[in-house]
Amino acid sequence: MKILIVDDEKDVEMLFRQKFRKETRTENLELVFAFSGAEALEILEESDPPNVVYVFSDINMPGMTGLELLEKIKDRFPQINVSMISAYGDSDNYNKAIKSGAKEFFTKPIDFESLKEEIRNLMKT
Amino acid sequence: MILENIISIFILNYLRKNRDLTADFAKWEKLLRIGIGIGVALIFLEVTHLLPGFLLTVLTIALFVALSYLVYRVPGFSKGKSFVYAVLPYFIITSAGQLIQNLAPDFFGKIDTYFETAEFFAFIWAISVWWTGRKQKKALDAERLKALEKEKEFQMSQALKAQLEIQVAERTAALTRQKEELETTLSELKAAQSQLIQAEKMASLGELTAGIAHEIQNPLNFVNNFSEVSNELIEEIEEERSKKQEARDEELIDEILKDIKENLGKIAHHGKRADGIVKGMLQHSRTGSGQKELTDVNELADEFLRLSYHGLRAKDKSFNADFKMDFDASLPKVNIVSQDIGRVLLNLINNAFYACGNSEYRIKNPELKPTVTVSTKKLGKKIQITVSDNGPGIPEDIKEKIFQPFFTTKPTGQGTGLGLSLSYDIVKAHGGELNVESAAGRGTHFVITLPTGH
Repeated sequence: MKILIVDDEKDVEMLFRQKFRKETRTENLELVFAFSGAEALEILEESDPPNVVYVFSDINMPGMTGLELLEKIKDRFPQINVSMISAYGDSDNYNKAIKSGAKEFFTKPIDFESLKEEIRNLMKT
Repeated sequence: MILENIISIFILNYLRKNRDLTADFAKWEKLLRIGIGIGVALIFLEVTHLLPGFLLTVLTIALFVALSYLVYRVPGFSKGKSFVYAVLPYFIITSAGQLIQNLAPDFFGKIDTYFETAEFFAFIWAISVWWTGRKQKKALDAERLKALEKEKEFQMSQALKAQLEIQVAERTAALTRQKEELETTLSELKAAQSQLIQAEKMASLGELTAGIAHEIQNPLNFVNNFSEVSNELIEEIEEERSKKQEARDEELIDEILKDIKENLGKIAHHGKRADGIVKGMLQHSRTGSGQKELTDVNELADEFLRLSYHGLRAKDKSFNADFKMDFDASLPKVNIVSQDIGRVLLNLINNAFYACGNSEYRIKNPELKPTVTVSTKKLGKKIQITVSDNGPGIPEDIKEKIFQPFFTTKPTGQGTGLGLSLSYDIVKAHGGELNVESAAGRGTHFVITLPTGH
């Protein structure tokens, strides 16, 4: 199962890889990373249909924002789950994200337990 | 001797009329009247032949001598001098002739012609003296008139001068008052200006707050996350080491140890990042003149570009733009007041984002990707920092006003109109230049040129 994480902070990759070390080693989990909305779309377009099943995206990114990316993904690949991870947990961002079809809304600093829970739930189904 | 007495009467009368005396004139008036009376009496006596000719002559001479004495000795009667002077020869000659005629008529008969001749010349003398006297008097009068006129003119000019002096004093007082008023106004304006500059600084700091919060939050999250995950990794190692020697995965332990080491590096890196941001913020809000120090402009531009971006993002949800950095790696450190140049960068970058990233412009130009580019370049002994946007550009008529204080195109209350004006002053104070290249529809490039100071 392939999960795409989108954030303009490159260290996120290292953090996620360590956090999900066990899951990627023992379970069938693969993590891919994109550092901008455009890069994320490129990765999704690599195969048709995309083998990514879940996208976690930051909102506050230069260029394409996470919310714009969310709309584009939902528009082109409605089957992919998208959740937002943002430092700005205000209702404005939350409402917009949910309205645009985001599955969950996580706030930074990331609570990896709930994130793992979310991924585990997905893998069960 | 009638003529002589008439002359005496005439002179006496003249003295009476043209007197210079004032105080005790009554005494002299009386005397002069008596003299005139004597003169009249002598004429009467001569006409009526009541007195002998000799006595008459003596009395006539006595009257004239008394008169002459008065004229020469009493200062108040000096005006009669010229008359006496004119008639004196004639008087002497005729009087002498009369005396001789009375005392020695025979002798007189012999010298009669001499006397007549002498009398004639004395008469001529009298006329000429009188004539020159008259001329002199006229000239004197003219002089006096002139002098009077001059005096008048002088007085007039004096009066004018006094008036002018009053006017000058009044004008000076008014000007001094105005100068004082202007000085007060100027100092008030200066105070207001420094307050405005401070307010502008604080306003831009306020705009930064959200950006700063975000910029600090991110590295802090990493610090927390990496230390947390390192803790977990250590637990994993402990778990692994609790196993029996044969079951241990030494490879995994090595991998985890390597990760922990990397994580500690990341913790230090993000700690420093947050530290730098807080220092930058403190520097930005600090008042007073900062010290020039060697500064990495690429780092400074990077910092303020991120702060500006996140600040605007946090403030306005509808805002979005991309940003690019094109930094010259060979850029030398330059000697600048980093907080001041930081403000300039912040102003220019904020403006650039505002120009291309505001929702109104983006709705009008949906195909355009609003982008702010900050680039640096080494140019010999100078460095160049360019802040570019692909916004609507600055129309020609506005371009020349943008560096003027209080000029703003933003709605009232949203811009102080001091940002670019202060930026311009800061760059100038560094011996550099701030130029703008822009055309409507072609975006804007602000170019800062600074001397490296080496």
